[in-house]
Amino acid sequence: MMTLSGAFFGVIRRDLSIALRHRGDLLNPLFFFLIVVTLVPLGISPEPARLAAMAPGMIWISALLATLLALDNLFRADFTDGSLVQLMLSPQPLWLLVLAKIIAHWLVTGLPVVLFSPLLGLMLSLPEAGFLPLLLGLILGTAVFSLLGAVGAALTVALHKGSVLLSLLVMPLYVPVLIFGTSAVQRAVDGVSYGGVMAMLAAASAFTLLVAPFAAAGALKVGING
Amino acid sequence: MWQWFHKLGSPRWFYQISGRVLPWLALASVVLIVSGAVWGLGFAPEDARQGNSFRIIYIHVPASFLALAGYYVMAVAGAVGMIWKMKLADMVMVAAAPLGAALTFIALFTGAVWGKPTWGTYWIWDARITSMLVLLFLYIGIIALSRSFSTRETSARACAILALVGTVNIPIIYKSVDWWYTLHQPATIKLTGAPSMHPDMFKPLLVMILGFYCFYALVLLLNTRTEILQRESRTTWVKQLAQSK
Repeated sequence: MMTLSGAFFGVIRRDLSIALRHRGDLLNPLFFFLIVVTLVPLGISPEPARLAAMAPGMIWISALLATLLALDNLFRADFTDGSLVQLMLSPQPLWLLVLAKIIAHWLVTGLPVVLFSPLLGLMLSLPEAGFLPLLLGLILGTAVFSLLGAVGAALTVALHKGSVLLSLLVMPLYVPVLIFGTSAVQRAVDGVSYGGVMAMLAAASAFTLLVAPFAAAGALKVGING
Repeated sequence: MWQWFHKLGSPRWFYQISGRVLPWLALASVVLIVSGAVWGLGFAPEDARQGNSFRIIYIHVPASFLALAGYYVMAVAGAVGMIWKMKLADMVMVAAAPLGAALTFIALFTGAVWGKPTWGTYWIWDARITSMLVLLFLYIGIIALSRSFSTRETSARACAILALVGTVNIPIIYKSVDWWYTLHQPATIKLTGAPSMHPDMFKPLLVMILGFYCFYALVLLLNTRTEILQRESRTTWVKQLAQSK
């Protein structure tokens, strides 16, 4: 029988190697992120001052939408080929395996978005002070997006038109993260300390890390039956 | 001691008991709402600054109260259904979702109508309004989820999980929106709440709130009874009920 850590890292390794063999799926959310941010100056104004004022919010909102776009595939591919049911039948606790899947998913969708964000900050002429809190905040924030989103993805995995429903379910839950994330960047740009806001964001992600895997595992058991 | 609890789990028992309560609830809500509305709209004194337009408070405040309380009713019912596998609690949860969404919408709508004469605009991004809007989205998510499963049992379980995740989130959403608002607060508009209300204005409001609670319970019972009949339509007691009428 496999050890707990063996199963945990096994799931991560498997999901990562699948993702690396489908490079298109990996890049699509990134291009989406890039295109949405490109539309902003075209739709509103290319003036650097106006762009800089909107940059924190726009980058955060497009990062949210990009991770949301990738979320639908967290369980769906495994559900269609049957390997998800095998995971559920395995003797290891389901929440641990779900957590492994979420981590792998975050590594291939959330992390690239985070690493890409400074470039977009540059394009939207975000003031220099905003870059560090943007990066830090997005690391924590995209983790919450993946964790909370996993609950929604698990609930809608067996539904045919799950992806629109999924965004409807999880977007209201993302509100606090968006507020804390953008205001951390905004405070840094304004020259005020952003440590407290970042701590709130960190607390939110720690709390979600504790709760979401269990909720997602429970949701998966319900979602598969539906 | 726990017998009533197990009895409560039986849809049939609940259907019979709730049938006896219904007329009284209906009577109470009609009497309270009609008297509260006549008192509030006709006899309560005019507001010094807002004139007659403040009277929309008699609909707005009770609806907002119940919009939020309704989410907790739904979440608690969902939790009970999950923990004790009680079918009835699932049915209450499913029945509570559209009702709560409707009340949230009423609260938002009356707020907008009230906002026009008071603040000169239908909509502002005030903290309370924004969190009500997010609450409406949470309700809509649950209703959308409940309609997309083919079996009622699975749909109730799924909604219960979503409602519980939402309940954990609601205080965080409220706090964060509150905090967001103090950051961006526009200086021109000041919201003043109810605590400084004159007793003559406050008493009809209290009657209206009580009336709305009764009305909420009444509609929740009616919705639940419909849900019971639909889900149990193959059992003998429902068939007998249908034949006897």
